Amino acid sequence: MSKVVVVTSGKGGVGKTTSSASLGAALAQAGQKVVVVDFDVGLRNLDLLMGAERRVVFDLVNVVQGDAKLAQALIRDKRIETLSLLPASQTRDKDALTEEGVGRVIDDLRESFDWVICDSPAGIEKGATLAMRYADLAVVVTNPEVSSVRDSDRIIGLLDSKTQRAESGERMEKQLLLTRYDPARAARGEMMSVEDVLEILAIPLLGIVSESPDILSASNVGCPVTLHNPGSPAAQAYSEAARRLLGDNVAVSIPREKQGFMSRLFGRKAVA
Amino acid sequence: MSLLNFFGRSRRSAPVARDRLQLLLAHERGLGGGEDLAAILQQEILAVIAKHIAIDSDRVVVKLDRGDQVSTLEIDIEMPETALSRT
Repeated sequence: MSKVVVVTSGKGGVGKTTSSASLGAALAQAGQKVVVVDFDVGLRNLDLLMGAERRVVFDLVNVVQGDAKLAQALIRDKRIETLSLLPASQTRDKDALTEEGVGRVIDDLRESFDWVICDSPAGIEKGATLAMRYADLAVVVTNPEVSSVRDSDRIIGLLDSKTQRAESGERMEKQLLLTRYDPARAARGEMMSVEDVLEILAIPLLGIVSESPDILSASNVGCPVTLHNPGSPAAQAYSEAARRLLGDNVAVSIPREKQGFMSRLFGRKAVA
Repeated sequence: MSLLNFFGRSRRSAPVARDRLQLLLAHERGLGGGEDLAAILQQEILAVIAKHIAIDSDRVVVKLDRGDQVSTLEIDIEMPETALSRT
């Protein structure tokens, strides 16, 4: 049984594309057949984060409009055999996507993949509603920051009303991926804690990815962080999240501040 | 106050963020996916009154206040002086 997952957030810049690439790669590394689909028509970036920007020939719009076959547009990852990418069009308008066309492509993808990961554009316009339309499960990417949490709440409302599942009276499963979390600042009360965000959004937690320089280095070289630096905390957080998607009962490790107050104090003295 | 600031009280902004969000979202969720219930009510009430009385749109004020325990819907319709003095 294949699963269609939408990675969404409402707000831009919270880590949707990074999370789509990393979760997709982590699932593929676990042996699953995965395709990541970029729905951000006009502003595609998934190809860049996956290091496939020079291999794009056909795209989602071409396939939806029947100008190319699905097999022609899919780009197979060079590092993981079971990972593929369906890029968005960079030149077309998002109106080039139709509901029926996207539905057909998703159905076709279900035939050949275990996981179809839809990377949603920001906003609540057509691109975002089409990305979530046929999903079985939503990963809501949120930063511990007021505007991101508010937009996620709005997106949760749309997931519960505008998706095919919601319209047919089925339950739309939603899980929270908290990104750019800073445990030290949360401990000092400068940033909302994991508990705060969970209490407000009231959906189950898929994982927590702390703010990390490894994410930027991975995007710099166009390699998902779970491949580029598998030992890094960010990669481990994504791998754990992927295992949870696969149904493994892995407890979410909440990142805590690494150093205690005293060691920080002495650490600073040593530097000075 | 500066002493309190010095001891780090002013840095604890996270509880403020949480409280503001809880208040705001309790309101926004009630609007049913972003539609402004108060505006819809105002339009429809205005349409009903306009069938019988000539009235300015800004004379009908609809206010919706959501509280933790009790929510209130306040409808304030200002009648034109001429409206009831016809006979």
